[in-house]
Amino acid sequence: MADEQKPEGSPAPPPSGGEAASPMGKPATPAPKPAVPKPAAAAHAAPPKPPAVMLTTPWESDITELLKEHFGGDITEFSTYLGQSFLVAKPDAVIAILDTLKLDLDFDYLVDVTAVDYPKRADRFDLVYILYSFARNERIRVKTVIPDGYTPATAVTVHLTANWLEREVFDMFGIQFAGHPDMRRILLPEEWQGYPLRKDYGILQQDDGWVRENLGIESGQ
Amino acid sequence: MPEATFLDATELVINMGPQHPSTHGVLRVILKLDGEKVNGTECVIGYLHRGVEKIGENRTYQQFAPYVDRMDYVASVSNGLGYCLAVEKLLNIEAPPRAQAVRVILTELNRIASHLLWLGTHALDIGAITPVFYCLREREEVLKIFENYCGARLTTHAFRIGGLQYETYDGFEEEVKKFCDWFIPKVDEYEELLTNNRIWMGRLKGVGVLSAEECKEYGVTGPVLRAAGVQWDLRKAQPYSGYEQYEFDIPTGENGDTYDRYTVRMEEMRQATRIVRQAVDRIPSGPIMGKVPKVVKPPVGEVYVAIEAPKGELGYFIVSDNSTQPYRMRVRPPSFVNLQALDCMVRGGLVADVVAIIGTLDIVLGEVDR
Repeated sequence: MADEQKPEGSPAPPPSGGEAASPMGKPATPAPKPAVPKPAAAAHAAPPKPPAVMLTTPWESDITELLKEHFGGDITEFSTYLGQSFLVAKPDAVIAILDTLKLDLDFDYLVDVTAVDYPKRADRFDLVYILYSFARNERIRVKTVIPDGYTPATAVTVHLTANWLEREVFDMFGIQFAGHPDMRRILLPEEWQGYPLRKDYGILQQDDGWVRENLGIESGQ
Repeated sequence: MPEATFLDATELVINMGPQHPSTHGVLRVILKLDGEKVNGTECVIGYLHRGVEKIGENRTYQQFAPYVDRMDYVASVSNGLGYCLAVEKLLNIEAPPRAQAVRVILTELNRIASHLLWLGTHALDIGAITPVFYCLREREEVLKIFENYCGARLTTHAFRIGGLQYETYDGFEEEVKKFCDWFIPKVDEYEELLTNNRIWMGRLKGVGVLSAEECKEYGVTGPVLRAAGVQWDLRKAQPYSGYEQYEFDIPTGENGDTYDRYTVRMEEMRQATRIVRQAVDRIPSGPIMGKVPKVVKPPVGEVYVAIEAPKGELGYFIVSDNSTQPYRMRVRPPSFVNLQALDCMVRGGLVADVVAIIGTLDIVLGEVDR
């Protein structure tokens, strides 16, 4: 094959015509646009400030009905944001919810386990489980809010894939999972001090002692 | 450092890697052997950990885009596509149709390049030296197209949030079509070398079997899942970037062994070429960049967006706090999750098959360690 690059980039084709022929590709979910309040006509140039909370809409389906029946007050919120549904549950109930979702509602694939750190909050971490159902072709998230030092139960009893995913959460956030078969660091060295994805861990921070001892240099930066 | 323990007198613990030609990077596997039989393994990973997620939380949305190329560096275009789609979802915008078509072409070409590198190195691990030369020769042509398009061959940063930065170059369509016509006979050539080769079949058939149930249990996706007979591909299940317009099949296997994973990936290269041909024939005209604010500041919210990368489901979970930087940037890497199934696949097998199984998982350590 010849290298036939022309030095000048091809001119942009005329913008008119041809566009209607190919519809915009878009997954089926009708994503509701978060209603950013529009300023009254001819307001000043300053655009409206988006509110500081996630503009969710309530989520109702057969899934939520069955879960409400089973868990009642243990699930505090069913919401949808941009067409993606999630529920917020009390930490103690999460594993039972994952189990019910797997056995009764076909959510048999645990996509990911991760955490989000909010250091200023009393309950510091969001713990997020992303689930997918092959039979329903649907993705949901199970979220829970836990304080620092809380040890949530492991999901390995429900999904084997949680093993490494939870080890990574422990490695990066310092959240210990109770009953996990192998609760060790996975990406960082075993003796490393500190949890890098916590917000109070600086971007240039490192475990100086470890670097000095094991690499024989003053700093890896 | 994990402790190596001798559970009984016949068990031998040996170390493989991190510097080993057939671990495809810095992967260390601790093998517990009973003679030729593998009793268990333990993976030691993290040698290539660069804190990509932390970097993502300390850069603006646009600044972080080149970093994602460095995760799965043999399929950087796919990484970029997933990232751009996730941020676009967070902004609730979409790339224009022309940009979407070009994205599909480059992503599928990248799938071919990624599978070619897999085939070459996998065959090399098993002892077939010739295919790697052919595969790299063909991959070179894909990389030339990337280079002509955006100037980079490997870490391309081909896409931007909201569309593309560059218009396609003169002769792009012809060059891509020429590549497609030229490439399909090459796949036949590889198949002639390998598919019915007795040594190849002997080394691959029945090796490293992973059933559909085990795949789902371990969260394994991509060609490994399809080889186990599950006809699931995110491009069909939840189409993005206009994949619903293109006709293509999802190849599946029956036994979930290494041979099926080989045939699935070979067919995927053909199907990728088929998609490229359709896409290049009808690239719509129009703008290549959507309406994206100069300063990307998505409203408060969180999204998880996943694409079918060559290795499996590649997902981005992004939390926005309405600032210019993501509050949380989580990457769900297919290689990391798939590698977890290694122990299940090699247990009870022969030590000689370990390299075949590591090869057939098609992991990239840049993505495992991030």
